[in-house]
This record gives sequence, structure tokens and C-alpha cells, in this order.
Amino acid sequence: MKGIYFDHSATTPLDERVLAKMSPYFSDVFGNPSSIHSFGQRAAAAVDQARSQVADFLACQREEIVFTAGATEANNLAIKGLVKGLTLRNIVKPHIITTVIEHDAVLEPCQELERDNLATVTYLPVKANGILDISELEKAITEQTVLVSVMYANSEVGSLQPVREIGKLIKKINEKKMADWEKQRVAQRGDKPQLIYFHTDATQAVNFFNCSLEYLHADMLSLSAHKIYGPKGVGVLAAKKGTPLTALIRGGHHEKNLRSGTLNVPGIVGLGAAIELVKQEQEINNQNIKELRDYLVERIKQEIPEVVSNTDFANATPAHAHFSFLGAEGESILLALDMAAGIAVSTGSACASNTLKASRVLTAMGVKVEDTHGAIRFTLGKENTKADVDELMKHLPGIVKKFRDMAPAY
Amino acid sequence: MYSEKVLDHFKNPRNQGVIDNADAVGQEGNPVCGDIMKIYLKIKDDKIDDIKFETLGCAAAISVSSALTEMAKGKTLAEAMAMTKDEVVEYLGGLPAVKVHCSMLGVDALHSAIKSYQENK
Repeated sequence: MKGIYFDHSATTPLDERVLAKMSPYFSDVFGNPSSIHSFGQRAAAAVDQARSQVADFLACQREEIVFTAGATEANNLAIKGLVKGLTLRNIVKPHIITTVIEHDAVLEPCQELERDNLATVTYLPVKANGILDISELEKAITEQTVLVSVMYANSEVGSLQPVREIGKLIKKINEKKMADWEKQRVAQRGDKPQLIYFHTDATQAVNFFNCSLEYLHADMLSLSAHKIYGPKGVGVLAAKKGTPLTALIRGGHHEKNLRSGTLNVPGIVGLGAAIELVKQEQEINNQNIKELRDYLVERIKQEIPEVVSNTDFANATPAHAHFSFLGAEGESILLALDMAAGIAVSTGSACASNTLKASRVLTAMGVKVEDTHGAIRFTLGKENTKADVDELMKHLPGIVKKFRDMAPAY
Repeated sequence: MYSEKVLDHFKNPRNQGVIDNADAVGQEGNPVCGDIMKIYLKIKDDKIDDIKFETLGCAAAISVSSALTEMAKGKTLAEAMAMTKDEVVEYLGGLPAVKVHCSMLGVDALHSAIKSYQENK
């Protein structure tokens, strides 16, 4: 497809090398990996290999990988599967801590548990740079807390959350709980204390950051293939052994009974291949994308007046650049870029959302509602070039000016 | 998501700009809600002789403003006051459900301009 793509947080193009690895698994090696015959076993071997590739990237055991239909399902499984799978120890109602800037795939499962009276939830605010204050999280932890779910990188502004520090904090709290329990005399101990599990939605982070569960001290991590130049419709929940999950989708005993349904073999092969490429090329991609992003930011700041940057570039993914073009409206800018040169960006403008509400991430960061309307997100990818940015900058200043000229003074 | 006619008005807005010595001006919306529409009228023999708009808003808001001015030009004030948002939506070949409120804003701005003219006459 012709055009220039600056919307890699929405999805990424499938890497042709990934496609090549997937191709045999549609009609040649079509077997069901659950089948014992050789048709099935050839497919099972491919799934095994992909499972190893993912486990290797996440520094966890192969048995700790659950293939899902994407990160949305993985997040649902992590949150609802944990709360429903817990053997509650001296807890009246489980408490979950998350943030206001999570993806709806985290927020809505939390809200569902609240609605069904199965959990209470604390939604933590963020600072002006879109980053959680870890001391707020520490204060929010109670005896009833069973799960902390904080995204690794925010999809909208790219802000990097202190997930490793959170993992360490929770590990420390859990260790103290166990130590206090063990100190008591056996007769007085009672049940083991309820531990806190830590989940991170790493969907927007896999391309750029260390996702080792060991490094992060995370119990669970969600990711999606289509954000890392892999296919759509496949993702992973990695869950450390001993995490008391129960399945949300039942009926076939696949994935150690945590996710039933015949495995999406070509998708899983693609996910494995994509994550393998991330592992090999992460460093060079990060460097190139950051360089290009910084060039874009510099040109926008120099060539367009009245622009506010909503990305804290030092503490964000190297791909994100999120701006408010004051006095112009985001959806108009987006459409005009598309019509003028097939340039794809995204907007946080309320006008472009189905609810007509201002972006909850931007408002959580304290951005004034009137400044959210001109919000445009650029998310760069590994196939972007300097020529792409140059082409964008041929159009963007004029488009912003056109809409500002069209607007009444107020 | 948008009809071809909406996109055409968005790309090539008709009657966009300011009338310096306008006989009436109407404005609706505010920066917090995101859409602001301002309609300028030149009125002769109780008819809309000239009309221009300024709009801050999404593609639907801009298209509505543009279509509205095209529809209203030459109408008597009574005819223009009788215009409804549904006529604007129909004229544009439909609008996505969440954008219909934009058409309301345009019609309101036109009507408020006419009302202010009649009150100050």
C-alpha cells in the first residue's frame, strides 16, 4: 500500500521474514497440534519452537507461556482469571491496584469484577509526564490487595512506567509477609498469607524494552504479535508457575487447560518469528527509530508555532511523539494528512472517539480539555525513513495553519 | 466513515472566512466541547445575500458549516429559520451517528445570527 505510516502503536506491518516463516503452516502443514499423527505432530513441533522463542525472550519457562488471541484476551485472563482462581486466604474481597492510563483491555475487566462484586479496584493517577508515582502505589496496598496491574509503556503518549521498581517492591512485600508468617509458631500460623501478584501489559513495550520476567520481577506479562511486526489475532499471557489462574475460555484443555481452542498455528509461528527478530534487532531498531523521532520532534517544534508536546521524551518509548496543535482539531488534521499524502497518524481528540470524551490519558496528565482536541500521535516504526518525515513536514505546517485560519478567534 | 460529499466539503469548504461589515453574527460551541462555529450574514431585502463561516472542529463540523452556508445563501430569513439539522445531514449524504450533534451546532449558529439581526433591527 502506498502512503506513509506513522501509527505503529495501532498496529505494525507484518515483517516479510515473519510471513515467510508462517506460509507453510496454512495449507501444507495444516495439522491440529493436538493430533497424535504426523500431520498433527509437525504442527505441534512448530508451536513448540515458537513457545521456546517466546519463553527465551521473556526469560521464563516454556510451560509459563499461554498463547491467546491477543493482548486483550491475555489481559482479561490475567485479571479475571487470577481473581476467580484465587483461594482467598483471610480476605473478604480481593483488591486490585491499577492506573487510570491503562488500556481498556485492563480497565474493563477490572470494572467488570467491581460490578460483579468480586473485587474492589484502586485506579492510581499519573504525574504530568504520564508516569505513575510509585509511592502512591505503595500507599494504596492493603491487606486485601491481590493484584497490581501496571502497563509497561503507555500506548498514547509512550510514557514508560516504573515496572521493574514495582516488581521489586511487591517482591519485597511478599517476602516480608512470608517471613512474618514463618516466624510464628506452627500451631499459631494459620493459612499462608495472601501474596500480591504483579501483572504488566507489555503490549507497547516489547519492541523497545527488556521484557524478562526475572528482570521485571513480574508474575504475569501480556503481549500481542501484531504490535511487533507479527500477525494479528495472536498474543501471549506469560504467567509464572504458581500463579493461581483459572481459564476464561473452556472446552478443549489446550494450553495446560488455561486457554481452550485449537491453536492458531500460523499465528503462533509468526509470533515466535517476530519476537525472535525483536531479540536480534531491538538495539539497532531502537537507535534508528529514536534518531528519526528526535528529527521529527525538532522539525515540528521549529516549524509549527503553538505546539505542546505531551510525550516526556526521556522517559518514553523511542517511537512516540505526541503533540497538541493548539487551535486546530485532531481529527481534521488526521484526515487532511491522509487526503493530502496518504500519511497515517492518530488523534486523541474527543471528536474522533465514539464517546466524544477527551482522552482519559491526557486529562489524567492534567492537559486542559481544550488542548486535548488538537492532539496528534505519531508512532514511528522500523520501516520509516528520513524521507517519510520530510514528506510529512511538507504538508503538516500548512494543514495546521489552514485549520487555524478557518477557526474563529476565541 | 464519512460520505463523499462530507469529504468534499471538508477538503474544499465553501464560503469560508469573515464578512467584515456583517449585518449579523452568530456563534455556538466553546473550546472545551471542542467545536466552535461562527456564522456571518449579509442581509438584503430580508434575504441572506452573503454568508460566511469560521469553524474550529472535526471534519463533520467543517463540512456541516460549509454545507449550511451553501444551503442558506439566497434564502429568506423565514426560510433559513425553518432549516433543520436533519436537512443538513441529508444534504451531506448522512453523518456518523456520533457526529450528528455537529449539524445541530451549525443550524444553531445560523439561527442565533438571524435572531440577533431581528432583535437589533
